[in-house]
Amino acid sequence: MSLFKYSAPMNFYPLAGRLIPLFWIAALLLIAFGLYWGFFETPYVLSDQKQYYHILFVHVAASWMGMWLYGMMVFWGLVGLIFNTRLSFMMAKATAVTGALMQLIALVSGAVWGKVSWGTWWEWDPRLTLSLILMFLYIGYIALQSAIDDPRRADKASAVLALLGSAVLPVIYYSVNCPNPNECASLHQESSFKGVEFNILLAMLVTALGFWAYSFATILMRVRNIILEREINTQWVAQLSKN
Amino acid sequence: MKARQKRMVFVALGLVAVMGASFLISKAMKGNLAYLYAPEAVLAGDVPQGKLIRLGGLVKEGSLKRSDSALEARFIVTDNRGHEVTVVTHKILPDLFKEGKSSVSRGQLKADGIFYAEEVLAKHDANYMPEEVKDVLKKEHSPAQPVTEGTK
Repeated sequence: MSLFKYSAPMNFYPLAGRLIPLFWIAALLLIAFGLYWGFFETPYVLSDQKQYYHILFVHVAASWMGMWLYGMMVFWGLVGLIFNTRLSFMMAKATAVTGALMQLIALVSGAVWGKVSWGTWWEWDPRLTLSLILMFLYIGYIALQSAIDDPRRADKASAVLALLGSAVLPVIYYSVNCPNPNECASLHQESSFKGVEFNILLAMLVTALGFWAYSFATILMRVRNIILEREINTQWVAQLSKN
Repeated sequence: MKARQKRMVFVALGLVAVMGASFLISKAMKGNLAYLYAPEAVLAGDVPQGKLIRLGGLVKEGSLKRSDSALEARFIVTDNRGHEVTVVTHKILPDLFKEGKSSVSRGQLKADGIFYAEEVLAKHDANYMPEEVKDVLKKEHSPAQPVTEGTK
């Protein structure tokens, strides 16, 4: 099967090299368009929020990627646990740093937005607390990876940690979107597309796609480094350095 | 059973356990971890007196009164169903704080039935609409919003 061909690090390495520029171009174009549209083609002020609501375009895209990349990390870890494939563990490891970065951007931009709109940098409401826990899970994953010297053991241990941590993902969603608002009232507003003006929605989705492309570009770059590092004693890497 | 199938079963069991944990956490959030108390709960006496709690609800239209001499504001938090609690604060109110909008106050309920807030936060909803568009939409969908909006 041709698809399985690329599960070998030797074959994936050149493929990733070809994909990286494409994802970089997509990321730059989408983020440039999304942020331009978000900053200049959307309403100047909203019915309740003033100009500062424009931080939404960074905040929402980063938050989505923070959760999405955690899911990806768990997925690659599980594939690795079941099929014992080296490349899927390398993908999981490469995803963690970008995911942590996105989660950090989400937390910081959210704090700034919270300060001007709600009146506080931080509040221990369910949504915010869980987002912080997700950040710690990323850090825990990275720490566990680097604490164990044997890469195969490190991969398995951190994949199990990632799996356990994935329990927070549905709760993060549920913490603001429960059917009865009185049951899980939080300071953070619910996430819904229903009341979003079209230009705001467009800019939000395009920026999120751009962040997604950026994440892919950096994850592929990082996975190429990990491949080289772990396959350094193989013939094909030796061949690579000769050319 | 082959080794791979065994691992698959282990992973599947792990996934089920994690989803179970996730479900239980969500359920627990309904009751014990409630972040806010609604005015109804305060009036019903479900709220400990003299302890720090959070009160959430709509700021009643026309109820905000600022003191002339001191940094003191007084307003009524309501759920639009007739449950009202008076809040007094000495802190600066946030930008988004408005009558008819949601707010979260952190403070204590004293014996006089007044909620003394150390901190007042404003909530905003998930509507991102410029003023004009919202007015047009309001005319199109004339039925009022459901009352549960109160503590959202």
